[in-house]
Amino acid sequence: MRGAGLILAATAALAGLAMASAGLAAPGPRGKAPAARPVTFTLPEETIPEDLADAEGEAVVNHCTACHSLEYLVTQPRGKGAQFWKDEVAKMVNVYKAPIEPADAEAVAAVLARKFG
Amino acid sequence: APLRGLAQSVHRTVQMPFANGTRPLIQLPGKREMILLTSRPPQLETPFAVFNEGVITPNDAFFVRYHLSELPLEIDPAGFRLTIGGHVERPLTLSLASLKRDFAASEVVAVNQCSGNSRGFVDPRVAGGQLGNGAMGNARWRGVPLRALLDRAGLRAGAVEVTFNGLDGPPLDAMPDFVKALGIDHARDGEVLVAYAMNGADLPFLNGYPLRLVVPGHYGTYWVKHLNEIMVRDTPFDGYWMKTAYRIPDNDCTCVVPGQKPDKTRPIGRMNVRSFVTSHTDGQRVAAGATTELRGIAFSGGAGIARVLVSSDGGQGWSEARLGEDLGRFSFREWRLGITLPAGRHRLMVRAFAGDGEAQPLEPRWQPSGYMRNVVESLTVEAA
Ligand code: HEC
Repeated sequence: MRGAGLILAATAALAGLAMASAGLAAPGPRGKAPAARPVTFTLPEETIPEDLADAEGEAVVNHCTACHSLEYLVTQPRGKGAQFWKDEVAKMVNVYKAPIEPADAEAVAAVLARKFG
Repeated sequence: APLRGLAQSVHRTVQMPFANGTRPLIQLPGKREMILLTSRPPQLETPFAVFNEGVITPNDAFFVRYHLSELPLEIDPAGFRLTIGGHVERPLTLSLASLKRDFAASEVVAVNQCSGNSRGFVDPRVAGGQLGNGAMGNARWRGVPLRALLDRAGLRAGAVEVTFNGLDGPPLDAMPDFVKALGIDHARDGEVLVAYAMNGADLPFLNGYPLRLVVPGHYGTYWVKHLNEIMVRDTPFDGYWMKTAYRIPDNDCTCVVPGQKPDKTRPIGRMNVRSFVTSHTDGQRVAAGATTELRGIAFSGGAGIARVLVSSDGGQGWSEARLGEDLGRFSFREWRLGITLPAGRHRLMVRAFAGDGEAQPLEPRWQPSGYMRNVVESLTVEAA
């Protein structure tokens, strides 16, 4: 498991990102011959979206960043109700095997429902 | 570091035309400025204006979709190997050089479209990637026909399916790896390619360097990126990404009443027919009483495009658009039509008919996962 490398930026714009010095060694988009050198890619750094950057959001940040960035959460449609978030958290635990204790899962779903439900 | 984070977090944003649709624009390696959906794994949407530049989508503007966040961060083209194994006579291990040297190359111009393209417009809204219309692209793919690789390996009697796996993997071992399957006849149809080039260049890293599966006419979920393992099976594959995910209602309309669940499902397959206006955007002003040159694109799941009709009165009357150059039945097809509008607001609609008679529906069809949206698009222009 790779660390999420989160940066908390006070004025993070919605889903704001700080770009790491990302390098694509070769080939460029118009590269011709097969590259002899290894091709590398650096993921952009992530920030905590403003919507989750408060004390209540901490549980979400702690439990929901092991496998993907938090834009997955904050770009979902709003106003879908508490069940939407219970279902999403249940899917993460049951289908994708997110290592989250039932009590924590319930708490996280409740925070998401309060913020985005 | 905090200072840098502060300065660089000020991103330009775009507003997709649905609720909660503000997205940052970002420039990642090998890409021009694109619409950011997620950063880990990276998912980028093509800004829609790109589709008005031509029917081929440039590599640096081609959309990016990953599921699992454990990407290969370094790929050595000299050390890279593609293996073909399972229910075959002679398992193969091929270098990139061998693929290019020892097999006849084949080319196809084909649209790759995400199953969930346009999900943000689905009403009622559903969970998943909240995309506008930019999770699609059209490219000239070059590579080795999958059939040639399977023939070289030699299928054993009883082969029923072929699975495809790439270098990207799950960040936790317990998570299901992203593996897709095709039926043996589909895999051997000569159209499916193991592609190493896109529009005359190596595949961009984020589009699957150095190899990706190209499944013309089929949704992007089958176009496995960073492809390094092909396995022939004598039993059906039941991995999560075939058996549980990417399922559609198994009925004629591939739809259900909004909010309901289908009683039977099947894996998603061929794309349905779609068309778009690319020359104008919703709310745009045009000159009244003068010719407005409309332009756009249409495509289908492999039957080509027979006709594109345009309405400028909200769907009462329809005029036939002129079709542009035919780059093959899997490609975007340009359409053009000049119309003259009197002063006022006008609702433009565009409707494509595929070569097999399939037409875009006038009313949206709904699926629980928000796949396969292909309703007739409409936009309003103001003539003054
Ligand atoms: C063990 C891995 C893992 C963890 C931990 C995890 N997720 Fe996910 N999540 C996934 C995967 C895999 C996807 C699908 C990614 C894709 O297809 O792009 C996903 C997708 C999503 C989506 C997009 C909609 C959907 O259903 O695909 C949402 C929302 C989401 N996760 C919320 C959460 C929340 C909330 C948490 C914390 C409670 C969480 N995730 C923790 C693996 C995980």
